Amino acid sequence: MSDRESHFVALDDLTVSFDGVRVLHGINLTVSRGEALGLVGESGSGKSVTWLAALGLLPGKARIGGSASLEGVELVGASPSTLDRVRGGRIAMISQDPASALNPVISIGKQIGEALALHRGLSGTAGRAETLRLLDLVGIPDAARRVHAYPHEFSGGQNQRVMIAMALAGQPDLLVADEPTTALDVTIQAQILDLIRTIRRELGMALVLISHDLGVIAETCDRVAVMYAGRIVEEGTTGALFDDPRHPYAQGLLGSLPPLSGPRRRLVSIPGVVPDPRLLPAGCAFAPRCAKRMPACDSAVPSLAVTWPGHRVACFLEDAVGQERTRSEGVAA
Amino acid sequence: MGRFIILRVGRALITIALVVTFAFIVLRLSGDPAQNILGPEAPPEVLAAFRRAWGLDDPIWLQYLHYFGAIAQGELGRSMRDGRSAIEIVAERIPITLALTVPALVLKLGIGIPAGVYAALHRGSLTDRIVMIASVAGFTIPSFVLGLTLVLVFAVQLGWLPSGGQDSWRHAILPILTLGIGGAAILARFTRSAMLEVLGQPFIRAASAKGVPWRDVITRHALPNAAIPTVTIIGFMVGTLIAGAVVVESVFSWPGVGRLLVVAVANRDLAVVQCILLLVAATMVISNLIVDFLYGFLDPRLRSAKGHKAAGGQP
Ligand SMILES: Nc1ncnc2c1ncn2[C@@H]1O[C@H](COP(=O)(O)OP(=O)(O)OP(=O)(O)O)[C@@H](O)[C@H]1O
Ligand code: SF4
Ligand SMILES: [Mg+2]
Repeated sequence: MSDRESHFVALDDLTVSFDGVRVLHGINLTVSRGEALGLVGESGSGKSVTWLAALGLLPGKARIGGSASLEGVELVGASPSTLDRVRGGRIAMISQDPASALNPVISIGKQIGEALALHRGLSGTAGRAETLRLLDLVGIPDAARRVHAYPHEFSGGQNQRVMIAMALAGQPDLLVADEPTTALDVTIQAQILDLIRTIRRELGMALVLISHDLGVIAETCDRVAVMYAGRIVEEGTTGALFDDPRHPYAQGLLGSLPPLSGPRRRLVSIPGVVPDPRLLPAGCAFAPRCAKRMPACDSAVPSLAVTWPGHRVACFLEDAVGQERTRSEGVAA
Repeated sequence: MGRFIILRVGRALITIALVVTFAFIVLRLSGDPAQNILGPEAPPEVLAAFRRAWGLDDPIWLQYLHYFGAIAQGELGRSMRDGRSAIEIVAERIPITLALTVPALVLKLGIGIPAGVYAALHRGSLTDRIVMIASVAGFTIPSFVLGLTLVLVFAVQLGWLPSGGQDSWRHAILPILTLGIGGAAILARFTRSAMLEVLGQPFIRAASAKGVPWRDVITRHALPNAAIPTVTIIGFMVGTLIAGAVVVESVFSWPGVGRLLVVAVANRDLAVVQCILLLVAATMVISNLIVDFLYGFLDPRLRSAKGHKAAGGQP
């Protein structure tokens, strides 16, 4: 419960079902002010759904349980007016495909201006000036002329810059960037990530970065959470997680990664496939693919337990070796 | 843009030439105008004089050349029935038809678009299902069946409204309803699917994520996008303002262009038929041009695609 007050955003046992099929099985996660949290995991593990659920952006057929709170204010089931103030004003979100996330028939200036009017009451001359400043900030050249242009007149990278400008318009405290560079060329990816890092440093904004690029996560984030089949399986500081991942899935993802300073790597592939949410194993969801599987793994779902302060793992292996392992930080609290 | 217009107009002219030729072939080969207009009792010498006067004795190819030559010079000819100018005869019927079709169009837009938007926003609700069933009915029930049903209920059973004629505004109500209901159903269906398509787009969720209240997401973000495909069907409806009421005018004995066309065809009155066909073709062409213009207005992607082509730039 103390999480709710001390953290900026706290997800508490957040669950999501679509048409009776549970895809998110109780997410516990916090984001502090100014912190950068990375979220990794194979496709379909629930990274996007987690944050869409927190902001009430899932389609009506989604059933959401548990809690997502912002400075102690509950967002799950909150009134539309509460959510509209949070969205864009406190927590902004940018997504994978900037071209389709911008309205094709509204000029980019108007789309940015809309956010300025909503969250900062800026319109008219003040709104126009701020729009130009934001476009400048995100590196759109010749902003004064380009402000009247439409999304199709920009490249993918420029559209993502526009999306970032739009996200910054509401002066949010947290930016959720959901694979912000997946749709872009490799050279442009680096530029956009640099932009996100720079802006975060300058504005002191918290960041949740969802990415398949572990190198990017390592360079950008203070903490990382690894998701598998709708659960967090390991979470800790970037250093600890990359140096010494505990969960077999995280080891598969991160273990063979070169040192942090090395070249970027994509997720390595682990034999087997992510289970269908409708056909999850009774025990640990990773068991069918796990080389260290034990009899206990099939009987119950391992819970996310603190392994040492600031580090959590959901694996029965941890319980077994937890006692004998000696770490300077001490054993599980 | 200039090339584009020339191409469009050129295509329209070819279409019109084909339509006019078709009318000539059908009307001239299917019966004798003299017999049709003068009646079966007319004496042979009167028929012969009529044929001579209207050039009906000439070989058919020569008649066609005369006919086509006159049209090419903008001469639309005279009615064989009373010798009046065909344009004049048709022109006086246009407002009578518009008195039905314009209110009907307003009805189609006024009911069809809101119903479609509402159905899309409340997908799966009772209203949505009612709109869908009504629109299937609107597609499938022929207008004469709908018209006769309305007559049966409101004129015969209830006696509220007259069943035919053109004496007062009350006479216009049933034909307007007949035209409007079917069109509204079709438009509702189109609007609904256009709206659903747009609501599934990522930029709708992105607008919500930005904090735009749902009502403004609909009006500012969804509707302008859904309007683009809907304009096509509206343009088609505008194109039928003149000639879309043939059946309904016949059912309700409404003396508009449609009825005139039916009578003129029966009489093999070529000049009048031809004049109406030209008018219809012209309305279609104009409504198409309006639709193209509206596309450009609603969709900046098309606007700059044309601009780029003209400037020789890359897309
Ligand atoms: N609108 C929806 N309707 C039904 N199921 C959905 C919907 N959105 C997501 N899901 C399901 O929820 C699960 C989690 O999806 P999510 O998009 O969060 O994955 P992700 O981790 O973001 O993957 P990716 O890396 O591909 O973006 C998947 O099984 C997906 O099929
Ligand atoms: S709980 Fe068992 S199956 Fe699951 S990851 Fe740990 S060892 Fe593997
Ligand atoms: Mg995703």
